[in-house]
Amino acid sequence: MEREVVFRTRGLTKVYSMGEVQVHALRGIDLELYAGELVVLLGASGSGKSTLVNILGGLDTATAGEVFYRDMNLTQAGDRELTDYRRRHVGFVFQFYNLIPSLTALENVAIVTEIAQNPITPEQALDLVDLSDRKDSFPAQLSGGQQQRVAIARAIAKQPGVLLCDEPTGALDSKTGVIVLEALERVNRELGTTTVIITHNAVQAEMADRIIYLSDGRVIDVRVNEHKKSARMLTW
Amino acid sequence: MRALDRKMLRDLWGMRGQALAIVFVILSGVATYVSMTSVMDSLQQTLSNYYEEYRFADGFATVRRAPELLLERIREIPGIGTVETRVVSRVNLKIEGFGEPVSGTLVSVPEGDQPVLNRIFIREGRLVQPGRENEVVLNEPFAEAHGLKPGDSITAIMNGRYRELSIVGIGLSPEFLMQVDPASIFPDPMRYGVMWMGRSSLEAAYDMDGAFNDITFTLAPGAGIDDVIDRIDQILRPYGGQGAFGREDQQSHFFITEEFRQLERTATILPLIFLGVAAFLLNIVISRLISLQREQIAVLKAFGYRTFDVGVHYGKLVLIIVITGAAAGTLLGFWLGVQLGDLYLRYYRFPYLEFVLEPPVMITAAALTIGAALIGVAQAVRRAVKLPPAEAMRPAPPAVYRVTLVERLGIQRFFSQPSRMIMRDLERRPLKALLTILGISSACAILIMGLFFSDSFDYVIRVQFGLAQREDVTITFTDPTSTAAIYELKSLPGVIHAEPFRTVPTELRHGHLSFQTGIEGIPQDPYLRRLIDIDLKPVSIPPEGLLITERLARILDVGPGDEVIVEVQEGRRYTKSVPVAGIIRQFVGVAAYMDMDAANRLAGLGQAISGAFLMIDRTFEQEITDSLTERPRVAGIAFQDRMIGAFRDTIAQTMLTYTLILSLFAGVITFGVVYNSARIMLSERDRELASLRVLGFTKGEVRYILLGQLAVMILLSIPLGLVLGAIASAGFARSLQTDMYQLPFILGKGTLVQASLIVLGASAASAMLVSMRLNRLDLIGVLKTRE
Ligand SMILES: Nc1ncnc2c1ncn2[C@@H]1O[C@H](COP(=O)(O)OP(=O)(O)O)[C@@H](O)[C@H]1O
Ligand SMILES: [Mg+2]
Repeated sequence: MEREVVFRTRGLTKVYSMGEVQVHALRGIDLELYAGELVVLLGASGSGKSTLVNILGGLDTATAGEVFYRDMNLTQAGDRELTDYRRRHVGFVFQFYNLIPSLTALENVAIVTEIAQNPITPEQALDLVDLSDRKDSFPAQLSGGQQQRVAIARAIAKQPGVLLCDEPTGALDSKTGVIVLEALERVNRELGTTTVIITHNAVQAEMADRIIYLSDGRVIDVRVNEHKKSARMLTW
Repeated sequence: MRALDRKMLRDLWGMRGQALAIVFVILSGVATYVSMTSVMDSLQQTLSNYYEEYRFADGFATVRRAPELLLERIREIPGIGTVETRVVSRVNLKIEGFGEPVSGTLVSVPEGDQPVLNRIFIREGRLVQPGRENEVVLNEPFAEAHGLKPGDSITAIMNGRYRELSIVGIGLSPEFLMQVDPASIFPDPMRYGVMWMGRSSLEAAYDMDGAFNDITFTLAPGAGIDDVIDRIDQILRPYGGQGAFGREDQQSHFFITEEFRQLERTATILPLIFLGVAAFLLNIVISRLISLQREQIAVLKAFGYRTFDVGVHYGKLVLIIVITGAAAGTLLGFWLGVQLGDLYLRYYRFPYLEFVLEPPVMITAAALTIGAALIGVAQAVRRAVKLPPAEAMRPAPPAVYRVTLVERLGIQRFFSQPSRMIMRDLERRPLKALLTILGISSACAILIMGLFFSDSFDYVIRVQFGLAQREDVTITFTDPTSTAAIYELKSLPGVIHAEPFRTVPTELRHGHLSFQTGIEGIPQDPYLRRLIDIDLKPVSIPPEGLLITERLARILDVGPGDEVIVEVQEGRRYTKSVPVAGIIRQFVGVAAYMDMDAANRLAGLGQAISGAFLMIDRTFEQEITDSLTERPRVAGIAFQDRMIGAFRDTIAQTMLTYTLILSLFAGVITFGVVYNSARIMLSERDRELASLRVLGFTKGEVRYILLGQLAVMILLSIPLGLVLGAIASAGFARSLQTDMYQLPFILGKGTLVQASLIVLGASAASAMLVSMRLNRLDLIGVLKTRE
């Protein structure tokens, strides 16, 4: 069966210049990501994971090379197109949740559904992450894990084409981390959203369909996970 | 409601303290601008309506005595409109219960009717009636000053005879808006008043049956005044005409237009600067407030909100604050304007004030504040989105600090660790620190601008009355008098020194330029009335030729050595060419001086004097007054200290109110800015400060880091603000020059101290409010979220 390609990158390169110093964050990435799969990006800190995902998500632009989201060439898109692209297709989950402090859990989700084309309701989204009972709480009244689940609800409520998660458990203990991963797993399974999870924790890779290893801005290995584990079974 | 709008309202509530401070900044700027500008508009509107409604004449002429028959000839002058003849006379008065000399002017009106021109607004009582002798209507400020009412009476010495005048009405006229004794510079309603009396009573008292000594006229539509004046002068010359003149040279009108011109500058330029500063501060504060939300902007962008949407979101937030401030400011400005209008009404004596609030005034105020705020929003949002969202949300990398200059100089051991943190933070973000400093110093600068006036006015009074005009009493005679009169005055008990002066009424011409003024003849080596220039140096009077004020030189476009054509309007009238011998720079007035003997040669009436300055022994004040009041030749007796008092009462009172409003609002603006700067600094650094607390720093140490930094900025702001304020005030003083005054720029130490204290006070209050916040710093919350 020919699998549908969601992302395709060719020679993707990113160079940050800080004065005289040039940091090569990505040094030519060639990748395909497929519809509906759950991919874990694994690599040491500083290996370029965030940079890659940010470019995929249209938050940042590449220095050289090409990225396609389906038929859309992201490398040629301007700020307007990228904003539109993010609005329609991308859901983000960040390491530090980045909820709007002055909005309740429900409103934090609503702020995204209000500008989406085909969203589920904020209530449904919170239900998916098991937080219906805390919908009127403000971020400051929620634990880190709860905040991250609100962030997931916010990311998936628009029914995005891809869900990009940058170290979603990075700021959480392992027990809470598992709950968050379970929520992601469930979204991937029930909504069929292509999901990319960044981690530097090899244990978490066991829940992936595929694992992509990054080191020093290069893809050093891509492995199909034959023994996919449920997130519930992970411990670290 | 959309979630984004809800966020906006909650954010607004969250920053209500700061929002309120911003509202006050805007309110102050707008209220100052709206009140002062609309008062000015109202005064101008009222003046022109009043002139029209009460038919203020376009021209005036005085003559010694002319037969009424001449009226027909004057009416035939082409270009003339309505003409009215009158009998006008100076009188000395006695008012029951008031021991000092009072002088007045009696102006004739038709019995039982309004005059055709220069009509009278009757505030109380009625006009004079036919068949009753000695009825008068009093000008309101004069009546008020003495508490006189219809039914009361006063005594006048008319043509050497005592006469009881019964007051039948109290009124106002556009001709005497400013009721100023021709011998004085300031209105003094206690000692000089205008009265209207029936024409036949006046004719009888002054042997003017079938004659007149004064005319007023209007011009036909489209006619020029110059030709008409020439024709009138031709007709009146044989009868002792003293030169017709237009409205511009009419005393009350001249004063009022000069004052209005000056008022217009103070009342529009300064508030506009105020509004501008408020708008500038608004811009800084708003743009910094929004910068604090950089991460949230990044999140919104990450989820697909467009830059424009984000701008609109913050735009709404800011608009709520600004519109509240502008609306409240407009209302307060309106109210204040009405109050100020009342104050001016007491001073200017219009029958009423039409208070107008012109839409352009409101639009300017709203547009400027809203514009500045929205530009602030746009700048901040654009800056926030310039950073790719990914980067904005990245946990902020440790800021790039450097060792400071102080440390490179190796004196860091004198500073504690917290002090070093303050210095590094200032050095790390110099632009931000600079903007804050600039904001606070511009608040300080407008304080100076509001306060410096009284310094300058005090200075003028001290120079003018302390150094230049040292006489206690000024005596003016009705006509040029023999110099023997000076010995007579000297011989009066209590007169220590008497110094004569000679004023020759003239018109000065140079090319097509002309100016109506008296030439003041001054004796050589004067003791009482000295000529002092702007640098406080006594100037000696040249034995020949004119010494004119800089302002007059500019009006006539002449310099030393140029010849001026002098038309003498006294006695045998003729013109003569006189050289300008020198130019003097003075604060007050447009004047032409001449050696007294030279002035007498010019006038051609022999050795004569127009009056004298006296230095007296105060204990003889009453006796001197009594003996002089009854002399028919004495037209006016003016006491110096009372003149200063009157000046202070009138101008100073208005000035003071004005200054009070300005400094009050400047104080509020200062507080608003300092408080906001402090709060923003706290928001920017709350994590860092909380982390320090967690590490074991005490509240006091943390407070020191924050408030210490604020203190450094304030201490830098104050001197800068004083300098900025001084520069702006100096420029402003220069723009205020009129024919009447040359306002020197004087900045007293007191004002500098006062401005500094207000800034310090506002800072102390802000610091207190901020340190209360600091005490409630949520340590766990800070640690929970990030880093
Ligand atoms: N905005 C930036 N400016 C300069 N260097 C950056 C920036 N963002 C990332 N880098 C550098 O790029 C490299 C890759 O960073 P990143 O993609 O964040 O790594 P990872 O997410 O794998 O830890 C690192 O060396 C990092 O220091
Ligand atoms: Mg990363």
